Amino acid sequence: MSEGIDDSLRRELQRQGVWVTSMQELYNWGRKNSIWPLQFGLACCAIEMIATAASRYDIARFGGEVFRPSPRQADLMIVAGTVTKKMAPQIVRLYNQMADPKYVIAMGACAISGGPFKQGYNVLKGIDRYIPVDVYIPGCPPRPEALLHAFMELQRKIDEQKLRGANKAAHLNSEQPSEFPVPAFGKHDLDPPLNSKVFRPPAIERP
Amino acid sequence: MESLEQIKARIEAAVPGASIEIVQNASPSKQDSLLIDNHHARDVATFLRIDPTLRLDFCSNVTGVDWLDRTVKKTVKVKKVVDGQEKEVAETTEKKIPGYLEVVYHLYSMTRKHGPVIIRMRTADRAESACVHSLTAVWRSAEFQEREIFDLYGVRFEGHPDLRRILMWDEFEDYPMRKDFREPDDYEYEPTPHDDVLEKARRHYAPRPSEEELKPSQDGRNKSEILQRLATQDDNLK
Repeated sequence: MSEGIDDSLRRELQRQGVWVTSMQELYNWGRKNSIWPLQFGLACCAIEMIATAASRYDIARFGGEVFRPSPRQADLMIVAGTVTKKMAPQIVRLYNQMADPKYVIAMGACAISGGPFKQGYNVLKGIDRYIPVDVYIPGCPPRPEALLHAFMELQRKIDEQKLRGANKAAHLNSEQPSEFPVPAFGKHDLDPPLNSKVFRPPAIERP
Repeated sequence: MESLEQIKARIEAAVPGASIEIVQNASPSKQDSLLIDNHHARDVATFLRIDPTLRLDFCSNVTGVDWLDRTVKKTVKVKKVVDGQEKEVAETTEKKIPGYLEVVYHLYSMTRKHGPVIIRMRTADRAESACVHSLTAVWRSAEFQEREIFDLYGVRFEGHPDLRRILMWDEFEDYPMRKDFREPDDYEYEPTPHDDVLEKARRHYAPRPSEEELKPSQDGRNKSEILQRLATQDDNLK
């Protein structure tokens, strides 16, 4: 609800044919219904993503049908599939090239944690080691309904973003980084193996 | 198709100096193979491809095998004279076989509709002279697979047109499919670790204290001591 106007007054005005809104609501409403995803897929999850974009599931119902082949024109990165260590620097670079505001959905077991390849030597244990992730979807691969659900969750998240104040949206906050360091290929592993400003490995918390 | 013995005899007749050995496969598949010496590999491969009765024109796949140093024990019964009497004594000899890498090619014929004929080559060792002749010039389909073996096993293929890593990045130094490969130590918490992963979990995370340990002792020190120990272990990991 908008700040500065009483809810009952607002309802009364709406009954009389006057619609009152706030800049923040209007801004978020416009953005959340036109999210252009970046057009790329990494593995089998990409097939589900394609199905989501096609006629049966039709992501156009939510305003996300404009898959852009250039990061400069995309708002959303759907990391659909296994991120190998060889691919990880390119993903971070693509993320850095996207214009703010930008969002990330990590789709499937591999993208969120490494999945069945977690103990392998060549697969990244989740893309959240290098870039911030907004919505995680488990599944191997997740069904198109799950991707649509994640998309709606992202819309809800965008709807709640603030334009002003201490916890305003990251893209409006000049102190929040919008680019993250690209890892280098090391002799045995990626260098660094994770960005400690974005990710901390899970620790066991005991009472 | 001819038997391997026949093929071997014909190769030896066609390629002078080539030494071919039949490697028996004891498994139920009984897919025996021909071990080819490195010096004549190209000539032997060319013969297998162009020979009108064999015509092995399709190289289906190329594989690497890593053999570590091993000792083979052999027990032989020997007749010996002990205390003036002739006795049969079992004598065990140990033979050390140094490690080597092996490259295996599976060959089929599209025109004759037969196969597979399996040929293999061995490197001299697993380090400096881990080197065999590339057969990409004979079968073009071997190019990427030889690159993959170079990437994962570290076998160098002489005469390969473009020998680079294919799956791992160029800066990578290890050979991940070798048996002595040590992966980077980057274990992270998993809810249900088992087998090797459980071993890693034990190394990185202190095991959960048992109920017995957590019971407060008379002076109440027991629990705090354990928590202190776990906290220091957690700190060491950071």
